[in-house]
Amino acid sequence: MQTDFDSIIIGAGMSGLAAAIRLQMFDKKVIIFEQHSISGGLNSFYQRRIPSTKGINQFDVGLHALTNFATKGEKGRPLTKLLKQLRLSYDDLSLQEQSYSLIKFKSEELKFSNELELFISEINEKFPQEADHFQKFLKFINSYDELSLNAAYIPSREILRTYFKNSLLIEMILAPLLIYGSAWENDMDFSQFVIMFKSIYLEGFSRPDGGVRTILNLLESKYKELGGEIKYKANIEKIIHHADYSDIYLSKGEKYTTRKIFSSAGLPETLSLIEEAPIDQNLVGNLSFTESIYITKDKSFLNKVDPTIIFYNNSDEYSYQKAEDFFDTRSAVICFPDNYDRKNLLGHGTIRLTNMANFEQFNALDRVNYLAKKKEVSLGAKNILKTIFNDSLPEIIFEDIFSPTTIKRYTKHFDGTVYGSPLKIKNGKTKYKGIYIIGTDQGFLGIVGSMLSGISIANLYGLMESE
Amino acid sequence: MSAEDVKQIVLDIIADVAPDEDLAELDAGEPLREQLDLDSMDFLDIVMELRKRHKIEVPSEDYGHLASLNSCVSYLTPKFA
Repeated sequence: MQTDFDSIIIGAGMSGLAAAIRLQMFDKKVIIFEQHSISGGLNSFYQRRIPSTKGINQFDVGLHALTNFATKGEKGRPLTKLLKQLRLSYDDLSLQEQSYSLIKFKSEELKFSNELELFISEINEKFPQEADHFQKFLKFINSYDELSLNAAYIPSREILRTYFKNSLLIEMILAPLLIYGSAWENDMDFSQFVIMFKSIYLEGFSRPDGGVRTILNLLESKYKELGGEIKYKANIEKIIHHADYSDIYLSKGEKYTTRKIFSSAGLPETLSLIEEAPIDQNLVGNLSFTESIYITKDKSFLNKVDPTIIFYNNSDEYSYQKAEDFFDTRSAVICFPDNYDRKNLLGHGTIRLTNMANFEQFNALDRVNYLAKKKEVSLGAKNILKTIFNDSLPEIIFEDIFSPTTIKRYTKHFDGTVYGSPLKIKNGKTKYKGIYIIGTDQGFLGIVGSMLSGISIANLYGLMESE
Repeated sequence: MSAEDVKQIVLDIIADVAPDEDLAELDAGEPLREQLDLDSMDFLDIVMELRKRHKIEVPSEDYGHLASLNSCVSYLTPKFA
């Protein structure tokens, strides 16, 4: 068995697979260590048997939407770059575009879709005093170098206030961007804001036919076709860093040696494998979620909801922070995946609803109270759905709830954090030579962002051999 | 190896690195970047493919020599000798 590698990748999620493909493509000796028994990390999948129908239903975790929609070959788009770098075909993704999405606050609603014109006309109509400001802001966004690997943290709200007078509009613009990627409570770094703004409002949402598995299958088969190897259920015990190489010890005692490590485990999670000292809690992100997933008897409810995604908030101020009491029902993201492919009206429907949550509180519950708390989460989610469906819920035949502790179990992210550490390492470098951070904690966001993160950092340190 | 062969090698690589580009109308004297949607990531791939397929090394300080098809040919032909 080979135990000596050019590069070892930690995690077979989007960023790890993308990095591994790049290195393997150019004949580096690479292996991926994945602690779970399947790929995907934060964007994975599972299946459950539905008792009433005895059918098996597939569930996606993560991926409500693939951001950064681009048409085939559309120049300069992140999705186009990513497909080129990984030598994947656009057609294989079988993308289905969103119908539109809705930002639904207490006193106003804004629609947006993959055509920017819709968002502009909504803002013109509902915030006429801000119409010109929005045009100026768009120009600024388009000229901004959000991918600079050396930019410092700039709070987005500060910049937004210099462009817009209406605080409700600022809240509404921010809400989808925060909930789809911010590791900071109530605000986000402006370069990350620009990444998200472009990927959501300028490019838009789509979803591969088949969901997250379609992307993972493409990545995995490309990597395997190139001769790449993934070791599943590989629990890393510790990393011993030497001057020019590192040793990785797995929990079964196996030892591997590598010149470079590309870790998608997260920044504090990676440091904890190298260092004996307790981890600085400031590095651990606060944002985690519950998700309530419902399978409906049929898809007739689609007659009542057109949007693919609703960003719901029951007031005019958006609170994006760790829930104070287990989970926060003041806001939610509701995804209707069936509204990606409205042609298919047969079979069961799916509704997914995400609430901000509190890891420590879930983590402190014993089994009985945990199960009871999950029922409460679902009741809260159903109450929100009732406001969307004017009190008449679709017939639900199965439900499954996951919590911050579920996320921790499957991703090993400390505190079940979804968007990682508030400290992003844009150039990917740690203080340990040859150990690099990829994925969420490098700082590119979303599924496309995380793949580009793996690609960029692997290119820079794995192929170009920068240090 | 003739200049024509080297040109074909470079064109073959570009075709694989950027499969959506139309190379038929390429002006060999003009910068590739201005005619095709190539960014620094794509140039890295051209360099990596030269190494992988032909064992040709292009150090990063020489990337400028790959600007146009003609400059690629004059820079690379001696390396194929």
